[in-house]
Amino acid sequence: MSWTPADPMVSINNVHKSFGELKVLNGVSLDVMKGDVICIIGPSGSGKSTLIRCVNALNDIQQGSILVEGQEVNDEKLNKLELRKKVGMVFQQYNLFPHKTALQNVMMAPIKVLKQNKASAKTSARALLKKVRLEGKEDAYPGELSGGQQQRVAIARSLAMQPDVMLFDEVTAALDPETVGEVLQTIKDLAEEGMTCILVTHEMGFAREVADHIYFTDRGVIVEHGPPETFFKNAQDPRTQQFLSQIL
Amino acid sequence: MNKKTDLPVMLPKPVQTPQALSSLSYWHILPLIAAMMIIPSLAFSAAGDELKSPLAVLKNWIPLLLEGFVFNLIISVCAMAVGTAAGTALGLGQISPNNSLRRGSWFVTQFFRNAPWLVLLFFAMFLLPFELSIAGIIIPLPDWFKAIIGLSLPVMANVSEIVRGAIRSLPSGQWEAAESLAYTRRQTLWLVILPQCVKRMLPPWVNLYAILTMATVLASIVGVSEVMTLTGRALAAEGGRPELLAPFYGFVLLLFFAYCYPIARYTLRLEKKFAVIN
Repeated sequence: MSWTPADPMVSINNVHKSFGELKVLNGVSLDVMKGDVICIIGPSGSGKSTLIRCVNALNDIQQGSILVEGQEVNDEKLNKLELRKKVGMVFQQYNLFPHKTALQNVMMAPIKVLKQNKASAKTSARALLKKVRLEGKEDAYPGELSGGQQQRVAIARSLAMQPDVMLFDEVTAALDPETVGEVLQTIKDLAEEGMTCILVTHEMGFAREVADHIYFTDRGVIVEHGPPETFFKNAQDPRTQQFLSQIL
Repeated sequence: MNKKTDLPVMLPKPVQTPQALSSLSYWHILPLIAAMMIIPSLAFSAAGDELKSPLAVLKNWIPLLLEGFVFNLIISVCAMAVGTAAGTALGLGQISPNNSLRRGSWFVTQFFRNAPWLVLLFFAMFLLPFELSIAGIIIPLPDWFKAIIGLSLPVMANVSEIVRGAIRSLPSGQWEAAESLAYTRRQTLWLVILPQCVKRMLPPWVNLYAILTMATVLASIVGVSEVMTLTGRALAAEGGRPELLAPFYGFVLLLFFAYCYPIARYTLRLEKKFAVIN
């Protein structure tokens, strides 16, 4: 059985995960089709970040299955490097390499991991920085950039690996309010280009605007999900209603 | 809340500015040692004997003593090089995902870090053979070589801890970012983690070198012809005149001070520079 683009890009099935005694994921299932943008929302500690970290095997799972383009992630023999070439990830704390310039941050992985030739990697890295509107900041070190700029470099760095899916883990949570917009705009551009995106976010307005589908998690399960219009206007579950009333 | 109080505990604590060692000028120590060396001479000339004055005697021996001191420096540089190479490997072993490698490295590190340097030196001296025969070729192992090995053991253990500490001090996000970009563990270490550690490791590493340099005189106890051994021999050759002790050992102190104090100053500068970067 081989994977075709008509099958889900990411298929999460009945996933269980605990850290010691603490159960974080309690049977989560969801499918993401190619080109989909899905947002996972929910209260802190509901397991949303853990869930997307399992997709690129930063966390392992105890039970269940995660298929990325048909490849089982919950497998001891999994080739993690191959998986991570397909799945890009952007973190809350940017995690840029502080000893490298913006440009080096972006072109390093294509050269070292994908073995691209240096000149072409540099050209595409410049193009990516331009795409995230950071032209002229190529030689700046992360410490010289604002949070929003760093986060956009991080997005470019991830895109340089030409991933099929992008994971965004609360990428605006650590930003100053005035720089949130520029990062969200970058993600929105990506979504409009058809990049498959899984976002964990607290930006409800943004989720409503870009998402094709919203998932609400609480205590390790998906309580409710649906397209943004129905989800925000017509939440059925009392937990969802309570959460939305607190946050909106 | 601006009322004056007469309760001492309510008063703001005066800020104590520690008198930094660095405020001791390079030149403060010179008059002290000079006095140590000159005063016996004065006393001696006052006695009006016909023997040569202690300073004149010392002057004759200075070239030999300097030679001995250079030997100390060679031992220190070699022991540092060997210790750093082995210690880096051991430090990386301490963060290895392989359980037995990690535990073994931890044990070796702790064992040599908590052992007196002199005992390690003795062990190296008396446990290493005086020559090695590899495929029929006999390689002699001179005392100074064994001293280098003996001194590099504690250096190794300390470097191991410096490396481990520096790696652990980096945020885990650096590892995760590299992992999610499909770097192998080795690439992550060499391209992302270690380059960031060098800056953090430099001050303690330089500090360790200064300590090691001062410890090289331990080699005199096991008979290596370094500066302390030569000083002892020179004194014996001069008939063990007690008024020579202060000038001769004062001169040795001066040599070490002149070499190690700038290193200490440099370490302070490095630490300040690093503090700014953070």
